[in-house]
Amino acid sequence: MAVETIPGSLPAPAPDTAGARTSEAIKKSIRRRYAAERRFRIYGVAAILFGLCFLAVLFWSILATGYTAFVQSSFKLDVFLDRTVIDPSGQKDQNALMTADYTLLARKALASALGVDTADKRAMREVGALLSRDVDLEIRKEVLANPSIIGKTLPIWVLASGRVDNLLKGQLDRNLPAATRKLSDQQVAWIDKAEAEGRLEKRFNTGLFINGASSNPETAGIGVALIGSLFMMMTVLLLAVPLGVAAAVYLEEFAPKNFWTDLIEVNINNLAAVPSIVFGLLGLAIFINFAGLPRSASIVGGLVLTLMTLPTIIIATRAAIGAVPPSIREAALGVGASKMQTIAHHVVPLAMPGILTGTIIGLAKALGETAPLLMIGMVAFVVEYPTTPMSPSTALPVQIYMWATSAERGFVERTAGATLVLLALLICMNLVAVILRRKYERRW
Amino acid sequence: MILLGLLIAALIAFGLGVSRANILGKRGDAHLHSRPGYYGTYLALWTLLPALLVTLLWSAAEGPVIRSVISSELPENIRALSDAEQSLIMGRVNAVTRGLPKLSASELETVRKVRYGFTTPEDAQRVLQERGVVLGSAPEPYIISAAYDQADLQSRSRLLLATIAFGLALGGFFYANWRVSPKLRARNSVEGVALTGLFLSSTVAILTTVGIIFSMLFEALHFFHAVSPMKFFFGTVWDPRFSAAGSGGTAGQFGLLPLLWGTLYISIVALCVAVPVGLFSAIYMSEYASRHVRTVAKPLLEILAGIPTIVYGLFALITFGPFLRDMGAHIGFNISATSVLTAGLIMGVMLIPFVSSLSDDIINAVPQSLREGSYGLGATQSETVKRVILPAALPGIVGAILLAASRAIGETMIVVMAAGIAANLTLNPFEPVTTITVKIVSQLTGDLEFNSPQTLVAFALGLTLFVFTLSLNIYALYIVRKYREQYE
Repeated sequence: MAVETIPGSLPAPAPDTAGARTSEAIKKSIRRRYAAERRFRIYGVAAILFGLCFLAVLFWSILATGYTAFVQSSFKLDVFLDRTVIDPSGQKDQNALMTADYTLLARKALASALGVDTADKRAMREVGALLSRDVDLEIRKEVLANPSIIGKTLPIWVLASGRVDNLLKGQLDRNLPAATRKLSDQQVAWIDKAEAEGRLEKRFNTGLFINGASSNPETAGIGVALIGSLFMMMTVLLLAVPLGVAAAVYLEEFAPKNFWTDLIEVNINNLAAVPSIVFGLLGLAIFINFAGLPRSASIVGGLVLTLMTLPTIIIATRAAIGAVPPSIREAALGVGASKMQTIAHHVVPLAMPGILTGTIIGLAKALGETAPLLMIGMVAFVVEYPTTPMSPSTALPVQIYMWATSAERGFVERTAGATLVLLALLICMNLVAVILRRKYERRW
Repeated sequence: MILLGLLIAALIAFGLGVSRANILGKRGDAHLHSRPGYYGTYLALWTLLPALLVTLLWSAAEGPVIRSVISSELPENIRALSDAEQSLIMGRVNAVTRGLPKLSASELETVRKVRYGFTTPEDAQRVLQERGVVLGSAPEPYIISAAYDQADLQSRSRLLLATIAFGLALGGFFYANWRVSPKLRARNSVEGVALTGLFLSSTVAILTTVGIIFSMLFEALHFFHAVSPMKFFFGTVWDPRFSAAGSGGTAGQFGLLPLLWGTLYISIVALCVAVPVGLFSAIYMSEYASRHVRTVAKPLLEILAGIPTIVYGLFALITFGPFLRDMGAHIGFNISATSVLTAGLIMGVMLIPFVSSLSDDIINAVPQSLREGSYGLGATQSETVKRVILPAALPGIVGAILLAASRAIGETMIVVMAAGIAANLTLNPFEPVTTITVKIVSQLTGDLEFNSPQTLVAFALGLTLFVFTLSLNIYALYIVRKYREQYE
């Protein structure tokens, strides 16, 4: 349409007045066209800004929810490790040490710190509610590590309950009525007192990184999930990389052009686009039902992720091998190397940076993959560290999913915290890939 | 264990082969055909490969064979039970078998007494419990004797396998060693094996596809035995009614249509976000942006593609869903926290980099001469894009959109966390719907009995999803490829 308003296409009118009219029309149309041009440009900028803003909001929202997960409120208690409670027989019997009532010791220590009468049962119950339900495990760990401390009074940092933690982090409004706050006025007063005396503070949350599953938010951690994910990444690395590189070398260097090779290529391209959940179904049907591997084992997860990562690695490796110039191959063949020697000694080493970059990107994708792992029973409550790839474990993204769908308030910040850990790992991996590419990329 | 032994044997064979080749080479009466390393590898391959093959086959066959032997020895009345109950019994047998080696001599004596009926089964349960083997109920004598047989068979099978494997390794080594001579074309043999290895690796892709199709087809056929395909594909009610193990019988209704509608609805909303935004950013990047802006903005946008979908799902669940709900409450709409809109918008954002990078490639593939022709006629840049470049790139862009659609249909984590689980057939975008992928997840997580239609339906759904996305992908790839050929 714009082209039709160009003067040449108009019937030649009478000079002077008509010429002025024409130039007016042209100016008008040009203004209109330039306005359209500007609008178009603005749409483009807006689209890009939309994407970037979303990225910023996403990161900010997760950071804002999650950064508090890296600290956890703890009480510093002078615990009197009463011999009559821990070890009445005096034999330091393991069984007795394991089953002693450490919770009572912690409650007494907190009560004396807050100036509460230990005989007042109601008050004692309220005091006890300030401590984590797993407080006995922490004291027990100290005692088992060094039984000679029994009978002494030691300062020990123990975790506060999830409610106290929420209050300290400002996630719980202290002006709410006591019933909805689930902390009595007396308890809030105690918390303020302990905080003023320096007995209650937020400390770095090592438990987040080393603990396994727990139904109490304050002691739940991603330790098991990290190890499970590590096992899976090892499996992928050990299987997908050799298989992928070998397949790519065959397809790029040896394969004759025939139906079979075409079939393989079409397959690889399609596998790269198959929904990940389908791979999970494959894993469930083949590895678990047919081959009889255990559910929830990280080896099954690793195998499924291997099949998923394989196309990525093959495609990246083929691109890297294809970029090695034929002159290198011809030189090697010219001095008498066999074809296999040429490829093993020259082509693959030269393509290595590209292969590594593709591998790292494939691994990063596998690390964040969740859906197929849900199919093979990785949604599990695992407390103990997995020792082999066959033992039950979870994976980092699955742990995030489990926490995200659990109801308790305390898990929200853990979820976001674990997500931050996942994102940090992914960013590191991608940075390594970028650095590798920058450093070793060669232009032939 | 056996694998480790074989690896060590292969290493030794390699060393022996290299030194033997060196000696042969130094004797000087004949010229070595290959370099010494190839003789070493030749020996190592002969030592390792036959033994390895047998070990792998044996290990694969061992479990099923032993299981069938043991279950054929169970008492008559047990064998008459249903498959599910038999597998429960085999589970208990396995648990006892695993527990036996952990017991001390006196505890073994107790278990043996139970086996022959001198004491009650509870004693055996208690003894095993102390060693960390938890049994659901006390093991009857026949379970203990089956466990003894199983342990016995297992150890005999291991011993036999080890003997055969190492015999083969030795045999292979001596055969190859006998063949080593200066004239032996060791390099050619080794390279032949390597080439076979490369070829086999490249077939893994095909095996995976075949595995996917067969496993799904097989389980889906099982499902269609219980529920007729007509009811599955054209049913409008999804109500699977979970059944506990063994109760059987209570078949629910498995109508695909509500799930399919939810999947398509969410995908359409997602594409409504992703296509305009992705396309405009691709146009801006390729036609307008300066090199400087491009190098900064493009990788930043591509971060969106690198974020795991669980993170998008989490964002939808804890931030975006509640935000939409509160905003709806402000202006008087009733938006639930999990809804078509929440899932669709977030999924749309996830697809932006996908659409934009594919369209970017396609727009860049439009020949420069077309642009210059258009400028030469006096068109502005936006007119060139709208009237020349987009029409020329249209088939490719349609292909990109189809690929994005296939990704949207197969996306799981976002919809699991943001779309809800109620199977509604609704047009209202503020209500929760559910998708095929959500139902696959919810039918397969948790404790399940494998043979009930409630579980098997997941495979029928998976097959539907696979066929759907596969045809979209193939069609899209076909369009893109055909379009590329036009300008090459």
